[in-house]
This record gives sequence, structure tokens and C-alpha cells, in this order.
Amino acid sequence: MDLSFNAEERAFQDEVRGFIAKNLTEEMKRATALTPSVFSDPDIGMAWQRALHANGWGAPGWPADHGGPSWTPAQRWIFETECARAGVPNVNVMGVKMVGPVIIGFGSPEQKNFYLPRILSGEDYWCQGYSEPGSGSDLSSLKTRAVRDGDDYIINGTKIWTTHAHHANRMFALVRTSDGPRQQDGISFILIDMKTPGITTRPILTIGGDHEVNQVFFDDVRVPVANRVGEEGKGWTYGKYLLEFERGSGIASAKLREGLKAIADLAESDLTGRAIDSPDIAARISEVEVDIDALEMTELRVLSALQTGQNPGAVSSILKLRNSEIRQAVTRLGVDVIGHDALAVEPMRPLYKLNHEPALPEEMLTVVPEYLNGRAWTIFGGTSEIQRDIIAKMMLGI
Amino acid sequence: MDLNLSDEQRLLRESAERFVAESYDADHRRKMANDPLGFSPAVWKQFAELGWLALPIPEDFGGLGGGAVEIGILMEAFGRGLVSEPYVATVVLGAALIDRCGSTAQKQVSLPKIADGSLKLAFAHLERAARFDLAKVATAANKTAQGWRLAGTKIAVLDGHAADEIIVSAHIHDHQGPSGRIGLFLVPATAPGLVLSDYPRLGGGRACNIELSDVHLADDALLGDSKDALPAIEWAVDRAMAALGAEAVGIMQTLLETTLEYTKIRKQFGRPLSANQVIRHRLADMAMQVDEARSMALRAALKADSPPIERARAASGAKAKIGKCARFIGEQSIQLHGGMGVTEELEVGAYFKRLVAFDTLFGGSAHHYSRHAELGRNAVPT
Repeated sequence: MDLSFNAEERAFQDEVRGFIAKNLTEEMKRATALTPSVFSDPDIGMAWQRALHANGWGAPGWPADHGGPSWTPAQRWIFETECARAGVPNVNVMGVKMVGPVIIGFGSPEQKNFYLPRILSGEDYWCQGYSEPGSGSDLSSLKTRAVRDGDDYIINGTKIWTTHAHHANRMFALVRTSDGPRQQDGISFILIDMKTPGITTRPILTIGGDHEVNQVFFDDVRVPVANRVGEEGKGWTYGKYLLEFERGSGIASAKLREGLKAIADLAESDLTGRAIDSPDIAARISEVEVDIDALEMTELRVLSALQTGQNPGAVSSILKLRNSEIRQAVTRLGVDVIGHDALAVEPMRPLYKLNHEPALPEEMLTVVPEYLNGRAWTIFGGTSEIQRDIIAKMMLGI
Repeated sequence: MDLNLSDEQRLLRESAERFVAESYDADHRRKMANDPLGFSPAVWKQFAELGWLALPIPEDFGGLGGGAVEIGILMEAFGRGLVSEPYVATVVLGAALIDRCGSTAQKQVSLPKIADGSLKLAFAHLERAARFDLAKVATAANKTAQGWRLAGTKIAVLDGHAADEIIVSAHIHDHQGPSGRIGLFLVPATAPGLVLSDYPRLGGGRACNIELSDVHLADDALLGDSKDALPAIEWAVDRAMAALGAEAVGIMQTLLETTLEYTKIRKQFGRPLSANQVIRHRLADMAMQVDEARSMALRAALKADSPPIERARAASGAKAKIGKCARFIGEQSIQLHGGMGVTEELEVGAYFKRLVAFDTLFGGSAHHYSRHAELGRNAVPT
């Protein structure tokens, strides 16, 4: 057993650092630090995606014949860790990490040839049509319906919590094409052009003051049958496959560590009257840091298992749960650290383009919005309660 | 970067797990709980034959040259069976201190005897007034014409009753008075002036308090030279905390499995307890915390020989986190067993008590989060 990197891995680490030093602009860095929602705005995020793609790193998890870099798990670890340390933009994962693997796994040759290069280059910007107002945790009860009409489906219904639907030109969606004996039957996986007539998008502001999610309405939206991925009625299988990618991307500790460092820096600064001098705050920072250490070790154990071809199984639910809970602990701590400055609300967005002097120091601008928006971490991608159900079922057999 | 077990480590784990499963059953534990010695000399002999007593001792002194990771593998298996042999006292603490502080001559005398099972040790360091502060030692060692004179009181000496020799820490006083340095002295258990009051330890095994009134020792009773032994003590205790953390992981794993089984069998309101979501989620939390604890114990072992601050933060982080997980899993195991969980008729309570002892020994979670924070502020930024 060994926690350290070998010579090749250290050389790769240098390569990643070199790439970041060359491509990460001050503007991208500042914009990322001042984004209190999950993903960077497309102008920032896609600029980074283009730089990655130009270097052959546009899709770390993809197989080589579709443009992936064929990294070992250790290399992916190094890449994600260095990116987190440097504060690179949070590229919207709907393309590269979500719909991409589904198209690679289940798409037709035409779909692969058309969509995959456009995901890599950032030409297409994707959003995910899964949840509905009546279908949250019970996702397979979804009601948005696609009715066959010649070579088209006609889609009616509504999707909600659609991240960046207002930026996206494409959506992948789960829609009902028939009613089977189980509610998971009869769901299909469809790719939709967001400019198709009949689609309207309503913004939803989250409690931190950010517009990241939306509700999307479909009124007689005509989509070619050729846009269905895989078999009709098998969408639930593909959708679950994708959710495992969403939960098990597996390398979250480095970002948590940077988040905690920002809060610890504030606590050690005169801006907070040195909050760290309170033993309670100091011990709580340590408590969160130790939780991050534990998560990091679990991630490394999973990576080591992957490297020898073992399947980590339901541990992806543990990673998702702990990542989201620790993230909330970091943001909660942040609010306590900044003290009375938590009272100041800055309503303008984006925060990196303010044209006035804010009421509180720039380092504090995202603290309260991140805490408030961050309540969503234990809800999206399967709530903590759903994750506990999965752990009980898959790990404990109950 | 690789956290998979090597073939040798896998074999060690398998043999330790097999030994515990086959030889260390509930009857044996019950017998040991009522035994004045608290462990079995026959089992100790088997440990020697299996090479476990030689595990961390350098090859030059009759050992196998293993590290903290190997100790952790062994300790996790010990935890599953609630093993009560004086392994931590003799091997994890005793052998480590002699190896780190002793002169070559002292190592040549003691280490091979530890490896072959003929020498048992204990480490007498803790004192009431010091609470969890390892640097605070009131026991005094006065330099005399013939050697040393020790006086003071030690508490919570693990397995002191079984030890042939006791490593006693004392504040060195030379002819100029208190030196500000701590020395480690190898004291025969039979030394005149040493009075040992032993008691059954919470969760199995035994411990004792030791009164030293003018215990006279030869010059060479001092381990090594008279330089301050505090860094070595901190190093050894950090190692012991990693080892005990691994033992706690084994205990928690057993409690999780036992409790899971029980909730599947026990029926109330016409269905198994495990059919209730509130129970299933509790067990999911327990499983998650066992996994977190396992990660932290491994982390502390992997960093057991890192530079002092990094090592100490890993050890304190592990101690704090595993202690928190241990209390949760122990308390919930009892809760989910209902009234039976509170009785001596099931073994859940015995496992729980060992976890409480783990959390308490060398300071609980609150102490170690503070130590972790304090050390972090002294850390040189990288």
C-alpha cells in the first residue's frame, strides 16, 4: 500500500499543472470563485471545455475511440485534484459526464457520430429532462408523454429543476411512450432540440438568489423517432446507468478541501476578526477537515479497486451522500465564520460582473448564497433518503 | 498510489481472521472476562508461533520488519473477536518505544524476547493531573550516585499486571534540578517500591494504577541517552491510536453484522424490524460510518511514519472520527437490539464497552479535534 505517486504519475501531475497555468485565465478563476451555484455560466465553463478539448482532455471518462484520453484511475484523480486546487470552472456535466456515456453505451452509430464530437467541442450545451412536478424521488412515475405519429413523437408535459435549460440547445429526457405493468416500463430516452416549436422555459430562482434551474413545458413538440436512444420503452435502464455516473464520478474531496480552505482563510483573516480564535470554530473546521480526509481515503480506496478491475458497487451512494453532507457542513461553517456580514444580501448576478461596490468584502460574497443554494445538494441526483435506501438494499440486503 | 493489499498482507488478514473465527468464540471471551489474568498464555504462545509478536520488530532483532499497516490488519481482526491479549501494551507500544529509544544493547536484550513471547511489557505514562496532555509528567526520576530513583503515580496502565517489565516515563531531575526532559525507564515488575493495583478494564482485558515510591534503578534502566523522550512518546501513542482505531473498525463491523442479522429475524407488528425505513436508514448510517472509520484507520497507519505534524494530525483525526463513529454504532447497536441489548446475555454490550474504552483512551473526540486544530495552525503551509 502506498499513498504516494510514482514517477510517471508525478510527471503527469506536472503536465496537468502546466496545462492549467497556461490556460486558466484570471477572469475564469475569479468568475468561478464568485459563482455560488453548482455550475459555471456557459461563457466561462465552455471556454474551459474548449481548452480541455484542444488538449485532448475534453472527456476524461470516455473510451479512447470516442476521444477519451485513456487515463488510469490515478491519473483521473490527479487531474481532478489539480483542477480543484487551481479553481478551474465547473463545467456543466450534462454533456460530457451524463448524456455522453449513454450515447456511447446505447446510441446508434449516427447518434454517436453526430452528438459526441459536438459535446467534446462544446458546440452543444445539454440539459437534463428527468424530474417532473409530480415525480421527484419517485422518478419513474413521470408523466410527460411521447405519442408516435409517423416518424415523429409528439411530446406533451413538463420537466422541472432543469439546470441551465435557459442556456442549453439540447435536452436529453425521459418520456413515457407506453404504459407497462410496472411504472418503470414504457419510458424512453429522447434527445430534444431546445429550439423545437412548442418548448417554453420558465426560470426558477433558488433561495440563494441564483437562476440556475428552470421548468420546461412541452406543448405538442414534434421530435423525430430517430432521436430516441436505444430501444423504445428501455429508457429507465439507460437513465439509471446515467445516474450512476452522476453519483459515482467519485472525486469530490479535492473540491471540498478547497471550499473549506476558503472558509478557513476567512476565519484566519482580520475580515472576520479572526473567527478561528474561537476554539469552537477551530474545532469545527478540524471536524469538517477530518470528514474530508475520510471521504478522500474512501475515494482512493475505490480508485485502487477500480484499477484492479473490481466493481465498487453501492459505494457510489456513500460517496454521493458524504460529499453532499460535507459540502453543506462547509457552507454552514462559512455562514458562522463571517458573523454579521451574513446579514448583507447582494441580489445582482453574476457576482463577477457587479457594477457597484458590494456591501461586504468580495471574499464573502458567495458565502450565504452557497449555504442557501447548497441545501439542494442532499436533494438532487437522488435525495439522501433515496441514497440510504440504496445502501440498505445493495450493501446490507434489506 | 495503490491501496490494495499486497499478497503478504492478504495472507496476514486471512490467517488473523481465521484464527479469531476459529479460536476466539463467545465461550472463550466469557472465560477470559472472569479470569484473573484476563487473557490466555496459550493464545499468547500461538501469537508468537504465528509471528504476530515479531511483526513490527526490525529483522536485525529477530522480527519481521512490518509496519503500521500490517499492525492495523491484525488489530482489525482482533477487534472482531474482542481479543484481550496484551498486544498493544507489549508490541504496539512497548516494542516500538524500545526500538525507537533504546540503545543497541537494550534492543538486543529485549526485542528478540518480545518476538518469541518470553517478554511482556506495559507502558506507564498517563497521570491523573495531566488528563490527555502527553507532555505533562509529574513522576520524577532523580539522578543518584548509583543510578536513578523514581517516585510518582501512574494510571490506566494497559495490561500492567501481566508485564515482566514496565516502561515508566518520568521527568528527569539531575543535580541542577528539573531538566525539562522526559526519560523512559525500564522497570522490572518486581522492583521494590513499585505497587501495582490492577482492575478489570472496561470492554475486556485489564489495566492498573502504579505507585512508585523510591524505586531504585541502575544507570542502564534509562532507555537510550537522557535526551527528551516526548517526541518518541507522541510517535508511539499516535501509532497506538492508529492500531486501536483499526481494532475499533473490527468491533464496529461485527456490531453492524450482528445488528443487521437481528433486525432481519426479530419480528414486531407482524414483520421484520428491517422492513421499517427508519431501521433501514439507521443501518445504512451505521454501514457508512464503519466505512469512514475504516478509511481513517488506514490513513493513520499509512501516515504513521510521516513527518511529526502530518502524522499527528492523521492520528488525532482518526482518533476523533473513529471515536465518534464508535459511539454512534455502539449505541445504535444496543438501541436496535431493544431491551436485550442492555443485558449481559448478549455480547453486544461487551463490544460496545470496548468501543467506549477506545474512545476514552488517550483522549476522546473533543480532545483530538482540538489537537488536530492546534497542530494545523502550527503546520508549515505546503
